[in-house]
Amino acid sequence: MSLYAPSSPHFHSNNNVTQIMLKVLYALIPGILLYVLIFGFGVVINILLAIITALGCEALMLKMRHRPVAPFLTDGSAILTGVLLALSIPSIAPWWIIVLGTAFAIIIAKHLYGGLGYNPFNPAMVGYAMLLISFPHQMTTWPLPINNISDYLGPIDSFKLIFSDTSHAQLITDAISGATPLDYLKNQLGLAHNVSDIMAGSNIFGVLGGSGWEWISLAFLAGGIWLIKQKITHWHIPGAMLAALAIISTVFYIINPDQYASPVFHIFSGATMLGAFFIATDPVSASTTPRGKIIYGACIGLLIYIIRTWGGYPDAIAFAVLIMNMTAPTIDYYTKPKTYGH
Amino acid sequence: MLSKLFKFHGGVHLPQHKDVSTQLAVVPATLPQRLILPLSQHIGTPAVPLVKIGQQVLKGEKIARAEGYVSAPVHAPTSGIIEDIGDYPIPHPSGMLDQCIVIKPDGEDKWTDLTAHSGDYKQLNPSELRNIIRSSGIVGLGGAGFPTSIKHCPGPDRKIDTLILNGAECEPYITCDDMLMRDKANEIICGLLISKHALQAKRCVIAIEDNKPQAIESMKNAAKEFADKNIEVVAVPTIYPTGSEKQIIFVITGKEVPKNGLPSHIGVVCQNVGTTAAIYRAINHGEPLISRYVTVSGDVQQPRNLEVLFGTSANDLIEQCGGSIGDIRRLIIGGPMMGFAMQQITIPVTKTTNCILVDSGHSKDLQKKQYAMPCIRCGNCMDVCPINLVPQQLYWFSKAQELERVQEYNIFDCIECGCCDYVCPSHIPLVQYYRFAKSEIWKRDREKKKSDIARERHEFHQFRLEREKAEKAEKLRQKKAALKAKEQSEKTGDIDTGKKQPNAKNAAILAAMERVKAKKSKQKATPKNTDDLTETQKKLIRDVDERRAKQRASSSSTTESNNAPDKEKK
Repeated sequence: MSLYAPSSPHFHSNNNVTQIMLKVLYALIPGILLYVLIFGFGVVINILLAIITALGCEALMLKMRHRPVAPFLTDGSAILTGVLLALSIPSIAPWWIIVLGTAFAIIIAKHLYGGLGYNPFNPAMVGYAMLLISFPHQMTTWPLPINNISDYLGPIDSFKLIFSDTSHAQLITDAISGATPLDYLKNQLGLAHNVSDIMAGSNIFGVLGGSGWEWISLAFLAGGIWLIKQKITHWHIPGAMLAALAIISTVFYIINPDQYASPVFHIFSGATMLGAFFIATDPVSASTTPRGKIIYGACIGLLIYIIRTWGGYPDAIAFAVLIMNMTAPTIDYYTKPKTYGH
Repeated sequence: MLSKLFKFHGGVHLPQHKDVSTQLAVVPATLPQRLILPLSQHIGTPAVPLVKIGQQVLKGEKIARAEGYVSAPVHAPTSGIIEDIGDYPIPHPSGMLDQCIVIKPDGEDKWTDLTAHSGDYKQLNPSELRNIIRSSGIVGLGGAGFPTSIKHCPGPDRKIDTLILNGAECEPYITCDDMLMRDKANEIICGLLISKHALQAKRCVIAIEDNKPQAIESMKNAAKEFADKNIEVVAVPTIYPTGSEKQIIFVITGKEVPKNGLPSHIGVVCQNVGTTAAIYRAINHGEPLISRYVTVSGDVQQPRNLEVLFGTSANDLIEQCGGSIGDIRRLIIGGPMMGFAMQQITIPVTKTTNCILVDSGHSKDLQKKQYAMPCIRCGNCMDVCPINLVPQQLYWFSKAQELERVQEYNIFDCIECGCCDYVCPSHIPLVQYYRFAKSEIWKRDREKKKSDIARERHEFHQFRLEREKAEKAEKLRQKKAALKAKEQSEKTGDIDTGKKQPNAKNAAILAAMERVKAKKSKQKATPKNTDDLTETQKKLIRDVDERRAKQRASSSSTTESNNAPDKEKK
């Protein structure tokens, strides 16, 4: 009689990839809810479009690559990529923006590099970078926070906005959209105004960062802390990234507060929080050793500040993350932990 | 007094499943029909049988002796007759067969004469104690089976500061050490004092995971009786793999065993509680190691611990625990983390068998692994590695068979505890990959050694040929020179160049003949491989030659007869 004799261990925890991805998605929910409240329903439509596109492209690529479709389609990774991209683009962008970006992320950035676990670059950020470079107008037309309940963009308005023809969309868009606080600040600084005047002169700035955005940032921060508590992610990357951004912005803020925005503004504006807890922490493309993660996170923080302040783009999460993705294997190699007894 | 405990890197909290097997008291297992005793129940050279088939042996009689330094003898666990000496399945992950002595018990269980040192062990010096421990066949009962006498011999230049008694028992399901500490705390403390004396250790720490309050209580009470203030019972946090030697040493002392080193290099010796009790039995009662506590757990009707004679089949023990619940799907010798699954259930209990774990699909935690997804580099494995390795990179390089890189990432420090495998969300059989890489490296090392020898041999052969050629050329040159000199002396005064020509020709001919002669004589000089043979070998050759001659004669006659009809046809 021959028994089933596999190699040890014979025990296994209930951890699985799907659970990890689902928990990351749960952690995004508070931020998404606030997003809907403050900027309208558009983001939900974008998220749904992204999920459908992501799953479709994932299934197509798995079939073409002769991989089992069911386990990979249900792992949640494609959905997460889609949702992160949907949260990164303007929620009033036309439908083809998110569809194109998600398809590019899943097909080119993920599957052409070998699929789950093999992509050297964060797929959502590859998709974002492609969109930003190719369609700057659609990608920089952001909704303004809704102040009056009658201006609220409900499901129907949002649907019309996203799916209607260009001229009509243009009409509505101009009325409700504008530059993001980071973008506005950058432009105004370029016109030789000083920071406090710029901030006092516009209602798009809030207490901490951009009006509206600061609340969403706080919600993402809460979600991120929950993820760390759940041991899905570690404090190293977000901690180092936020600390580095805070330190460098403080230094320049002290040197010249007229020319450089405060550290609080940098941390609570744009996609800083989303980037710190949900994008830079993508395990596949990030550094994995404890010391490596701190270096990786800190460098992202520094790059964000450099690109925001002296570079060509108002927000800089995508480029900072993509640049550091390239360095992750080398960082890992030089930051191996000390083995027991060595 | 211990001021603080240290926390090693990583580790996992596992479902314990320990309570199920501690409900019933430990009883001796019933005497089986036959006992199968592997000669290799320890690390090192297998023991050598001292008995013959059919021989009557008494309980405790030495039936196989230790061979070499790292080895241990085997004793008869009961009285009976040697039924067989041959290959039987042994508890080894490969499912291989190995040499075993089979005893058919006579049911009398009659002891051989024992020499007990029930007086004061302190009258014996460390070397005498070591000898008794060695001849009693005592090896580490914690799992590795390293001969205990060697552990007790750290060398003259190494002072042992701390003797750690390992009662951590960190693997799920296993409770044999727990039960032993509850039942035989006094014996363990006595054994500990003997080991302390043999090692001249300054202090002793008995480390027990805090999930065994009864064992801790029992050991504390026993330690109190002996009133030795250098013995301390310490409850250590329950986290797998605390019971691993390297980890428990770190927890107690905060020191790391250096790579490729032994605990004695940092003044520590670590010993299992079962081993310590066996030392007491050997010194105070003269009893060799013939039985141990074994946990039978998992999907059996009555999970419990039994005192088992070595050589008893796992199958018998399962039967004594009421049989399995449903058909046995998997039988694990050891715990669920590091134990190995056997291909059959008739496996004998040996000195290192601490647990027999039965899986017939009822225990949720013992379920089969799911489909392995790609590594997403989440780093959970790295967080739990008690050696602080980078398992995700080890996996990557093992899979790619980049064996140099695997070694650069210290694969040989991996203790195969299985923590990484346990937490992996992608269900990758990581430990299996590491085992593969390790054995692949060993294989390549062996092959390299082999090819190195072959290459050296070939190079020497080439060198010899060159040398012979050079020697030949040198000889020839010398001869030519000699000939020329002779010619010169013969022809002195003759200045006629016309007459010289034929002489030169002659000389060339002579030289050629000389060469042939030299060659022939050389061939004669080289000894044939048939020269230095023994009489029997020569006889064998003669026989072969005769046979060949006969065959040749008969074949030539057959060819002749075969040819004959052809000739007729012509």
